[in-house]
Amino acid sequence: MFLINCPYCGERDQQEFKAGGEAHIERPKQPTELSDDEWAEYLFMRKNIKGVQFERWNHAHGCRKWFNMARDTSNDEIKAIYKMGEKPPTQ
Amino acid sequence: MTQNLRVKSSEFIDETNRISFKFDGKTYYGFKGDTLASALIANNVHLVGRSFKYHRPRGIMTSGSEEPNAIVQVNPNSNITEPNARATEIEIYEGLEASSQNCWPSVNFDIGGINNFLAPLFPAGFYYKTFMWPKSFWEKYEFFIRHSAGLGKSPNTRDPDIYDHRNIHCDVLVVGAGISGILAAKNSAKNNFKTLLLDEKNELGGSTIFEANEYNKINHNLASEWLKKEINELKNIKNLEIKTRTSVAAYHQYNYLLARENLTDHLDKKNKKNKIRQRLLKIRAKKVILATGALERPLIFNNNDRPGIMLSSAVKKYSNFYGVACGTKNIFFTNNDSAYESALSLHNKGIKVEAIIDIRENSDAKIIKKINDAGIKIYWAYSIVDTRGYKRISSVSIMKLSNDGTSVTGSKISISCDCLGIAGGWTPAVHLYTQSGSKLTFNEERKIFIPKTDTKEQISVGSCGGDFELDEIITNLNYKLKNFLNINKTDFEDITLENDHETSKRNIWLLPSDQTIGKTKPFVDYQNDATAKDIKLALREGFRSIEHVKRYTTTGMGTDQGKLGNMHALGIIADTAGVKMGELGTTTFRPPYTPLTFGTIVGRNVGEFFDVFRRTPMNDWHIKNKAKFENVGQWKRSWYYPKEGETMHQAVQRESKAARKSAGILDASTLGKIDIQGSDASEFLNRVYTNAWSKLAIGRCRYGLMLNEDGMVYDDGVTTRLGENHYIMTTTTGGAANVLGKLEDYLQTEWPELDVYLTSVTDHFATASLCGPNSKKILNKIIPDLDLSDDKFPHMSFKEVLIDKIKCRIMRISFTGELSYEINAPASYGEAIWQKCIEAGKEFNITPYGTETMHLLRAEKGFIIVGQDTDGTMTPIDLQMDWIVSKKKYDFIGKRSLYRSDTMKENRKQLVGLLTEDPNIVLEEGAQIVSELNQKPVEMLGHVTSSYFSPNLNKSIALAVVKDGKNMMGRKLFVPMENKNISVTVANTVFYDERNERLNA
Repeated sequence: MFLINCPYCGERDQQEFKAGGEAHIERPKQPTELSDDEWAEYLFMRKNIKGVQFERWNHAHGCRKWFNMARDTSNDEIKAIYKMGEKPPTQ
Repeated sequence: MTQNLRVKSSEFIDETNRISFKFDGKTYYGFKGDTLASALIANNVHLVGRSFKYHRPRGIMTSGSEEPNAIVQVNPNSNITEPNARATEIEIYEGLEASSQNCWPSVNFDIGGINNFLAPLFPAGFYYKTFMWPKSFWEKYEFFIRHSAGLGKSPNTRDPDIYDHRNIHCDVLVVGAGISGILAAKNSAKNNFKTLLLDEKNELGGSTIFEANEYNKINHNLASEWLKKEINELKNIKNLEIKTRTSVAAYHQYNYLLARENLTDHLDKKNKKNKIRQRLLKIRAKKVILATGALERPLIFNNNDRPGIMLSSAVKKYSNFYGVACGTKNIFFTNNDSAYESALSLHNKGIKVEAIIDIRENSDAKIIKKINDAGIKIYWAYSIVDTRGYKRISSVSIMKLSNDGTSVTGSKISISCDCLGIAGGWTPAVHLYTQSGSKLTFNEERKIFIPKTDTKEQISVGSCGGDFELDEIITNLNYKLKNFLNINKTDFEDITLENDHETSKRNIWLLPSDQTIGKTKPFVDYQNDATAKDIKLALREGFRSIEHVKRYTTTGMGTDQGKLGNMHALGIIADTAGVKMGELGTTTFRPPYTPLTFGTIVGRNVGEFFDVFRRTPMNDWHIKNKAKFENVGQWKRSWYYPKEGETMHQAVQRESKAARKSAGILDASTLGKIDIQGSDASEFLNRVYTNAWSKLAIGRCRYGLMLNEDGMVYDDGVTTRLGENHYIMTTTTGGAANVLGKLEDYLQTEWPELDVYLTSVTDHFATASLCGPNSKKILNKIIPDLDLSDDKFPHMSFKEVLIDKIKCRIMRISFTGELSYEINAPASYGEAIWQKCIEAGKEFNITPYGTETMHLLRAEKGFIIVGQDTDGTMTPIDLQMDWIVSKKKYDFIGKRSLYRSDTMKENRKQLVGLLTEDPNIVLEEGAQIVSELNQKPVEMLGHVTSSYFSPNLNKSIALAVVKDGKNMMGRKLFVPMENKNISVTVANTVFYDERNERLNA
């Protein structure tokens, strides 16, 4: 059970949150211009990294806000939490 | 029976409080403070169970939670009996009943004992190898295997006990109340950290509290005496909460721990009554100090499992703590100095020690002199090669060890005994440490796995951190504690310490015998009867990974999870395979540390509290009117309303007819309702639904279909425009929360520029859906002022009205194909509005109907139910709902996917209607559909998704998904069932009122 520092509410137990998959995959602005392969890349392809992964989380049973998290999947260490629209930390 | 082995009174046992208990049907006596194990030993009972595979007699081996053998059935004759309880942990109480497990007819004469003599037939992997062929015989084998497998028997009725959960937050959690834990907790609390100290035993002080070694002194007192004073001081310390009989089961990330607090298991029946039995503590600690101690290792030699063979430390605890002698002729077998302490303890209490057998050449510890002075014979560099005695050890055979420790030489000496204490060194209890995700490192010289790192949030102190000797423990604890808590001084840093030091070490994982290994039985895992021979066999057969060897031989897979023997298993694998133990690693330590009963895990969430129920405001009316309910998500929905003597089928047929003939009423309160506001609300709906929304006039309703980005149907429902920038969306009952989540996701992450606000208002409104040709007349009676003409209040429109001064929203929408009005009232007036409709409808024989009739009526009209007729693989085109997909809109969720080559394939499964040749046969939902009957293998074209007998059409109707169904109109297909093949014809999905004339009837 992680302890997650919601950028809007503060530290809360993991059971208040929902994981939302890989972060920083932008929905194409003009889907009709894309080939099947390009659209499939957006739709289906996700990374599964051992190490630091950027992912989306939602404070589903709290403020309902979405935010981003950099998490080391090998030891579940949360390296950073930042708001939607913000750039991922470089380190 | 006499307490013939109770030797000396002990301060931990209350001899004035005599307690009777039953074991295997026989009555015995013990004292308050005894465990079942200590009381049985005091009564000279050593044989307590039979082993799992070979049914060998087994006795009590340890004095704690690591016990592999003495696992018993508590309350064996009750249907709430508890299996696999450790006799070493059960505190006796008046009326306790327990019995041996895995033996029939009795522990003294067990028919299964024949397995022991057939042992050569039961090698590792026996079951995998033997029962593979012929394959078809498996069911027969399984019957016999299942009957002879398993240890205890499980209870067969509901657990009547009360369990509880509690959340605890603390600054510092200390696990283990031995000397390290007590000093850590005391100093933490004294420095204003809110501290919680847990120990699985009922007494604080760990093994130090019954220590009698004169060479281990603190401030010139016996360590035990000094510690008692420290424990006494704990009472006066603020910020400190102590919980005994509390075992930490799991250590998860971010210092989240689960512990089981045992509240009443030690009480007699009268005192147990109406009390919480166990409590699961959910602990979130800022910092965790692990002081879980170490477990003594056995030695692995031939026939090392007989009753009377015990850990040396357990023999010491039974004598020093419980005042019980484990035997009258004791022998110790050791590879380190700790057995000498046990031997001396016994000797000082007048219990006879025959000899000490030490695999080392010598030891220069001071305690050796005391042993010599006591006249106890020490056999240096000897090893036990065999033991005798079937139900209790009677003698050992020893031989001189060769220099390299791989063989024995010389002549065999036999020594008689009735108890053998074995001391194979110590294993730090690192289970919780590794559960937390931290890594171990192997110390090659000391042959132990120890924690690799301490962190800012967690440290391991005392012997679980690898410090075994008193001065090491205290010095390192002092240093670690100051750093960890960031304090300048501890209250014990100035104490004076004296202790013996162990310098001579020798470790042999598998001790040699004069017989070949094939003829010996050196047990590594006592509970699962896995021997060193099995491990070697697994390696010979090519298993290399430690995890595979574990599963193949079942080493470490019992209820004790191999707490005693796992290290030896690793050692034997390393030695045999010629690899280093550090490189081999360990198997994974998984929670729980000791077994938990299911009651503790579920706590109060049983019976009606198992899950949350949601009930509509009209629920009481439904109950009064004898509704049968069905679960939809968390909702309790009226399913149908049977009249006296009616079956479900009869009730549904009656309700369905009434709704089309005159009037019906449905409680639709459970539909999800989302309030949508903001200047971009229309644009937002355009993007989330497949059809166009910009031109929807205020006061009008529209049906919408929502897709996933992959083009598959996700949800549907009617949305009404309440104002310029205000909509109310309805969703399916089960999809409400997910739809809101999905919409929020897009709003917050993809389209943050849109000015839209979403609010879930499902619970704010109660919905009564009036339907049928007389519904207009009924509504007119309720609201005479409202013009219900088709001009003023047409289909798919909305009116805000007052009913008895209650503001209600009425939508003229229909899910049945009949003229229909949905009255949405504030939830608290739901029942009143419902009653009003029933009253007004009486003269029209208004019939309340449930979800089943609703499903039937909509199926007659070919309306889909998302989740029943769709399954996440259906596009709107597959559903033949092309009309709802806007061609003009540039984009909406899922649009691009509708043009992927895969979703555009002609022969995808498509929704069609099915009519049976015999109109009385109703197809089974889920039944498969084929076009050929004599083909093998036959292609499955699809399956039936909805199927009913329609009373209004007087024939059976069905919806189905069929490959290329669109092009199969009129084709004859088959639905093969177990004992018949049903002929069906592909038809239109709309069975009733194809031209929608009844909407304006």
